Amino acid sequence: MTLLSDQDLQALGLTLRLAGVVTLLLLLLGMPLAWWLTHTDSRWRRPIAAVVALPLVLPPTVLGFYLLMLLGPDGVVGRAVAALGLEALPFSFRGLVVASMLYSLPFVVQPLHNAFEAIGHRPLEVAACLGAGPVDRFVTVALPLAWPGVVTAVVLGFAHTVGEFGVVLMIGGNIPGQTRVLSMRIYDHVQAGEYHQANVLSLCLLVVSFAALLAMSLLRPRGYVRD
Amino acid sequence: MKRQLASCLLLLVALLAPWATSAAETRHITIAAAADLHDAMGKLVEAYRHDHPDAVLDVVFGASGTLLTQIEQGAPFELFFSADSQYPQRLVDHGKAGGTPVPYALGHLVMWSASIDMRGVQVADLAQPRFGRIAIANPQHAPYGKRAEQALRAAGIWDQVQPRLVFGENIAQTVQFAQSGNAQVGLVAESLVLASPGKGSYAAVPSSLHEPLRQSFVLTKRGAGNALAEDFARYVQQPPARAILARYGFSLPDGAGTGPQP
Repeated sequence: MTLLSDQDLQALGLTLRLAGVVTLLLLLLGMPLAWWLTHTDSRWRRPIAAVVALPLVLPPTVLGFYLLMLLGPDGVVGRAVAALGLEALPFSFRGLVVASMLYSLPFVVQPLHNAFEAIGHRPLEVAACLGAGPVDRFVTVALPLAWPGVVTAVVLGFAHTVGEFGVVLMIGGNIPGQTRVLSMRIYDHVQAGEYHQANVLSLCLLVVSFAALLAMSLLRPRGYVRD
Repeated sequence: MKRQLASCLLLLVALLAPWATSAAETRHITIAAAADLHDAMGKLVEAYRHDHPDAVLDVVFGASGTLLTQIEQGAPFELFFSADSQYPQRLVDHGKAGGTPVPYALGHLVMWSASIDMRGVQVADLAQPRFGRIAIANPQHAPYGKRAEQALRAAGIWDQVQPRLVFGENIAQTVQFAQSGNAQVGLVAESLVLASPGKGSYAAVPSSLHEPLRQSFVLTKRGAGNALAEDFARYVQQPPARAILARYGFSLPDGAGTGPQP
């Protein structure tokens, strides 16, 4: 008996691709957002920080339900997307990317935010005195100092997206090769009483998650964890 | 110290006492019901409780496959109303049933749409791109999904519509995909369409295109000997209950009523 069927492998590949794309996009979006949250004096800071943290406490079904309504043909976003002549987001890979980005947002932004905050203003001020411009300060001073936070953000964002289930269940549509991710596939196997296949796939997920967390602690400089 | 321990124990007993009595309570059962029964089962329970006000019947809805898995893993359900006959039979085969499966209804598959006028539409017409996304329940574990796949294959359009298919976890979620407009057409249970009349339009899927949706229920091992569970099982096969099921678009399976008693 083969361990993984073609469909299982397809789901595995799709899941890794989704998690990769989502993590990359979230880093690009999360960096400036975390930076802004760290350094702004705006009175919007706290409400926006709360919004960023929302997916931590919201059940994925709530998120999925609102996304289904918003992105659907009668929803605000759905209409805008249709007006732009783009394909609708629910039941598509792009839709899953958008949903997963929302779902995993706090897992990327919060480690970055914490890391930026831990640096404090001093190293940046010193760099400024030595003539470093804003971009230079961020790239050569802040980013290396915040490196452990970046690693944490990447690993948590990736692992959290790999394990996503509730949102996918609500807006994915379970389409092979497009939205049928690993967690859905496992769910289907369990419902159909195919416990052996469910077991093998679950083990894959477990190994990926464990490897990610192990990599995170190995990549962190020694001593950083304890400060 | 001793007094503290004693009061702790007393508290524990006080907390657990209601549990103990409810476990011994025979006027309470939990029914696992297929998602297509969502509204019909509510009405059945309501009607039953009208004559038996002291009876408490909780209903848990889900895909038949999901419920079967849960029962096999020891979920506390006394009765299992499946959307097919195969799952209750599997419960019997695995020694987890307290009786034999009893057919109670024949379900019907329809093509429903919120935005397109479906009246007069044939299954083969769904191959036309104007019907957009088509939602069906997951054929892997939902009886309606399996019949939808059979019908699309029998109409010779399975390969053509495949890229436009989305799969609901159960028939209720499939209805939701279609009602929210995210899928233009849903191949769904007539019982759920009739539960919210006036919305959208639908056309029947000819029953010649798929195996019949012969739905059976079975008493679980846990439900065997439970007076309330057995009484409700009898009630479901009598004319008033049949009338309720008929109102939700179910017809009676051949041999219903003469079938084996639970």
